[in-house]
Amino acid sequence: MASITLKDIVKRYGDGFLAVDNVNLDIADGEFVILVGPSGSGKSTILRMIVGLEDITSGELDIDGVRVNDKAPRDRDLAMVFQNYALYPHLTVAENIAFPLRLAKGKHSEEEIRQKVERAADMLDLREHLDRKPANLSGGQRQRVAMGRAIVRDAKAFLFDEPLSNLDAKLRGQTRTEIARLQRRLGTTTVYVTHDQTEAMTLGDRVAVLRRGVLQQVASPRGLYEQPVNLFVAGFIGTPPMNFLPGEVKGGRIELPFGEFDLPESLASAVGDRGLVIVGLRPEHFEDARLVDPEKKDRGHTFEIQVDVTEWLGAELYAYVPFDMHESVKGQLEELDRELDGEGLRTQFVVALDSASRVRDGDTTELWFDPTKMMIFDPETSENLTRDDEEAERIETDNVEDRRRSLERAQKQEAQV
Amino acid sequence: MGSVLSTRAKVWWAVITVVVLVGALFPVLSIFMTSFKSSSDINSGTFLPPRWSVENYEQILTSGGSAQELFLSALRNSIGISLIATVIAVVLATLCAYAIARLNFPGKRLILTTALGVSIFPVVSIVTPLFNLWRNIGLYDTWPGLIIPYLSLTLPISIWTLAAFFRQIPWELEQAAQVDGATPWQAFRKAIVPLAAPGVFTTALIAFFIAWNDFVYGISLTSTSAARPVPAALAFFTGASYFEEPTGAISAAAVVVTIPVVVLVVLFQRQIVSGLTQGAVKG
Repeated sequence: MASITLKDIVKRYGDGFLAVDNVNLDIADGEFVILVGPSGSGKSTILRMIVGLEDITSGELDIDGVRVNDKAPRDRDLAMVFQNYALYPHLTVAENIAFPLRLAKGKHSEEEIRQKVERAADMLDLREHLDRKPANLSGGQRQRVAMGRAIVRDAKAFLFDEPLSNLDAKLRGQTRTEIARLQRRLGTTTVYVTHDQTEAMTLGDRVAVLRRGVLQQVASPRGLYEQPVNLFVAGFIGTPPMNFLPGEVKGGRIELPFGEFDLPESLASAVGDRGLVIVGLRPEHFEDARLVDPEKKDRGHTFEIQVDVTEWLGAELYAYVPFDMHESVKGQLEELDRELDGEGLRTQFVVALDSASRVRDGDTTELWFDPTKMMIFDPETSENLTRDDEEAERIETDNVEDRRRSLERAQKQEAQV
Repeated sequence: MGSVLSTRAKVWWAVITVVVLVGALFPVLSIFMTSFKSSSDINSGTFLPPRWSVENYEQILTSGGSAQELFLSALRNSIGISLIATVIAVVLATLCAYAIARLNFPGKRLILTTALGVSIFPVVSIVTPLFNLWRNIGLYDTWPGLIIPYLSLTLPISIWTLAAFFRQIPWELEQAAQVDGATPWQAFRKAIVPLAAPGVFTTALIAFFIAWNDFVYGISLTSTSAARPVPAALAFFTGASYFEEPTGAISAAAVVVTIPVVVLVVLFQRQIVSGLTQGAVKG
């Protein structure tokens, strides 16, 4: 187990492409950190630099306080799970798992190797497959063998490179919880790369969001969700994604595509003297006006709108509302959409309503929203003007505390078994 | 795999199989039978030898046999030249294919197309210039004088098969092994070599057969038993008298040179098949 420190890490490829730009990241001992971002954000490159498969152009990479920039992968003592598993097809499952142990010549006796392999196999439910070849296994089983190979030796840290992207949706969910359980049980430092924000939110103690090789924000999942630093992070985290609307500010009032409302005191100070801002509102911050408590209703605003398409999902209902994009922020929001791997189809916003709502396709209906939940972004710098640093700080402290407690519980449980 | 054929289809497949087998194997069998006929029975007109005789084999293999000198030296030449040509071709082709599969360098496509171009060049058109050149520089009627042209036959096909084969090897395994604690050499030996071996093996066999079966170079670029390979030597067999055709001896020699090929194929059948089908199966 170890801490990993990245100091001003830069990766520039031979053709001049800057894949990773000045990344600083402190990963504490035993922490589960996620690197997340859309394709081309440099997240896999960072992981490969940590493990030693990619040279570091400049900057310093420390493991346990020791500089490892120039060490070969084998001398860094890290274990990695590859996206396509990279199992050795000519070896049985048992030999695949035992491979790292056998390489450490003379360190382990035959008996020790057998015990360790069996222990790993038990943890991953692979006992009855030990004598089979990888070619005869299902995708999920192969994935577990790859994990077995990683956990069988006591590596300083685990590195995962999109380990679930080749699995189907159901298996992905199961394996995700399995990884979370395993990591908590072993308490090993883990760095996990994914482009899937659900994996990022559910697995990580802390999540590092990357965009074009630049680190945007490192925070707990809740910190990212509630206190994003900019448009990119706000748009990347959350499903369905946050709605971005143009807002024109005039004399203490703000004009949104669906109406004009009083700007709450707290937000007005954040806006300052800007005339045009980008307003971020999460889908779940809207509600069907007919289903809102009268008491709560007074705190927010209602407005009439025509719904285009609805999706009823059982637990909730998504309604899509088209709107006209303000010319001056159109370019910026389109670019953001492209960066988030979107297709830039049409300008619409999504609201997540209670599934009891009777709103259907084409209905004109009354919706309610709480204006204090609005996030205001600067249209030029795309910075979040409403971010509350104190609140963000508090979320992080809580997160550390929660994590410590759950680790303790897991260790205690482990000791009892 | 598990598709069930109708009886009609089965019958047709059986018929076709038998026709093909007979067409392919009848000449071989006929030569085999002829090789056991004594010289007086050669023109007997029967398929089976009227009397089984090993006269022909004695002629080419035992000391005192009229063609023994000619045949044994030719056999030695064939084995030596084919093996050396195979080893050189496989070593060079492995290095070349490795570079083509792993690296991106300018001229990669050029190498592959050149190799293909060389292999489609008709042998007969090169033989005459080669004959003159070899005589001038002293390679005529020597082992290297045959090994070099054989390389022109074996190298292109070796490069192509190995490059295709190497492309299918998941090279990430090498990185995985390094992360698992292997040195670069260990990673190559323990993760890549076991996967590449069947391909290299198959290629070696194909290259060996090509060199072993050559006739045109063998007959044109040699003049004595110093380098003449078996297929060429067969043409120089003589009968017991001027009026007698050496059919029996030639048949016996043909059987003898076929044996190593058959043995190799039977021995390494599994490797060849797994080599040829490797890419078809994921895993």
